[in-house]
Amino acid sequence: MKSLLPVLTVVGAILLFWIVSVVPMNMHLTADQAQREGLVVSPDTPAVRQEYSGIGLTLQNPGLMVRTYTLERPRLPSPHQVAGELWNTIALQNVTSRRSLVYHGWVTLSATLLGFAIGTGLGILLAVGIVYNRAMDMSVMPWAIASQTIPILALAPMIIVMLGSIGIQGLFPKAVISAYLSFFPVVVGMVKGLRSPDAMQMDLLRTYYASPAQAFWKLRLPASVPYLFASLKIGISASLVGAIVAELPTGARAGFGARMLVGDQYGQPLVTWAALFAAAITAAALVGFFSLMERWTLRRMGMQAA
Amino acid sequence: MAAETTICARGLNLTFETGDGPVHALKDVNLEITKGDFVSFIGPSGCGKTTFLRCIAGLETPTGGTITVNGMTPEEARMARAYGYVFQAAGLYPWRTIGGNVKLPLEIMGFSKAEQEERVARVLDLVDLAGFEKKFPWQLSGGMQQRASIARALAFDADILLMDEPFGALDEIVRDHLNEQLLQLWARTEKTIGFVTHSIPEAVYLSTKIVVMSPRPGRITDVIDSPLPKERPLDIRDSKEFIEIAHRVRDGLRAGHVDD
Repeated sequence: MKSLLPVLTVVGAILLFWIVSVVPMNMHLTADQAQREGLVVSPDTPAVRQEYSGIGLTLQNPGLMVRTYTLERPRLPSPHQVAGELWNTIALQNVTSRRSLVYHGWVTLSATLLGFAIGTGLGILLAVGIVYNRAMDMSVMPWAIASQTIPILALAPMIIVMLGSIGIQGLFPKAVISAYLSFFPVVVGMVKGLRSPDAMQMDLLRTYYASPAQAFWKLRLPASVPYLFASLKIGISASLVGAIVAELPTGARAGFGARMLVGDQYGQPLVTWAALFAAAITAAALVGFFSLMERWTLRRMGMQAA
Repeated sequence: MAAETTICARGLNLTFETGDGPVHALKDVNLEITKGDFVSFIGPSGCGKTTFLRCIAGLETPTGGTITVNGMTPEEARMARAYGYVFQAAGLYPWRTIGGNVKLPLEIMGFSKAEQEERVARVLDLVDLAGFEKKFPWQLSGGMQQRASIARALAFDADILLMDEPFGALDEIVRDHLNEQLLQLWARTEKTIGFVTHSIPEAVYLSTKIVVMSPRPGRITDVIDSPLPKERPLDIRDSKEFIEIAHRVRDGLRAGHVDD
């Protein structure tokens, strides 16, 4: 809880910057609307106003500042508008309704969790293979690194279309993309973790004439747990990004990604922003959950959390 | 009863191939260790004392000569779990309690649950750590951790105990105390102990046989059978015999350096 004050300070600074930015960002739209409603705006034609920057126009029309915060379709929504939209779509809707962000959140989250489980499992298996098999040690890591250099935005539609053509649709293709993004940090972390016991530790087990399986279960695996948690925290957020990206290019009708796309296409910035914030909150909650798990596990194992 | 030979090395050689050419870690090492001996290996770094201990343990393979442990090859002796090995660092698993750490070899060797408990209690008592079973390593001092690692090496009752500078990282006061305890432990368990050190007083105080080694190539320059009695209070280190042996060890160490 020591970090609460610094975190709040940063959040406050961002919020202040946001609130201040709303005025110049929305001033042109506000001026146009005010003029349509018969208010005096200077300069008095949209074409001339375009010559002005947002700040310049604000200085010409200080009286319009308040109105920049309440536009129906702002260029930059104000914090209270986003908060209001979040409240409307989370608390005031039935969770099974298509207007509910809880519904869309669950669509994305289920793909995230499935993909994360697949990615983590795959990552651990690959790491074990890399540590125990020389051929895999030489070959897998370069491919794993190469896989992460391909823009996921280019790859996602291909995967979805290909899986779709063999009749696999819905949750699974999105989970594949989540897995694709989340296996990598797990491989890297687990290889490091499984190799963390030093030569002396391995020699000690040799003096007991321990089998390779015993060395794995009694030494390598427990030694890798702190590394695994570091990877899981990166992996789960990568997984959520993967699920959202998978929803963007394919015309998905549900999920955070779909909401962001709908907001963009139909000129409803509030919808986009609310989805964006809901996704960020979900990511924070997931990472927070794994942080708690990490603390709990390491404490139970007798190792103090780093 | 004739003394039984536990460890016997004949013309032992070990050469490491390195980028700068071959390194003679051990050259023509001959040594016989009798059951119940406390043997110290002393010498400057690079003299092969640790390498020799690792050869006994079957952790290194000699490139020439023969070595037997309890009449077997070191590899067979390792399979038969003929020795316990204590490293310079305690190397306890941070995720296991002290009891859990001592239990590690017992789990690997397949002792029954009841026997594990019984043995853990017995060896922790032996190293004066009774009551610390449920503590985690970080809750113990360095000296206590090293005692726990000795308990771990004793848990499966091998009759040979190999110790590679086990107290090297500890301060002198703790070290004196642990040396005293080690002698008591040796007297009670009648194990054969191989002990690597670079401290002359430690070697003389502990050993029945002191093996002085020198580097480049690693070889034995002197083997001293200690005339000191088995019962050794700490102040024996001020006695005439003690000082004489220490002198001889120092001379042996110096002789090894003549060609430098």
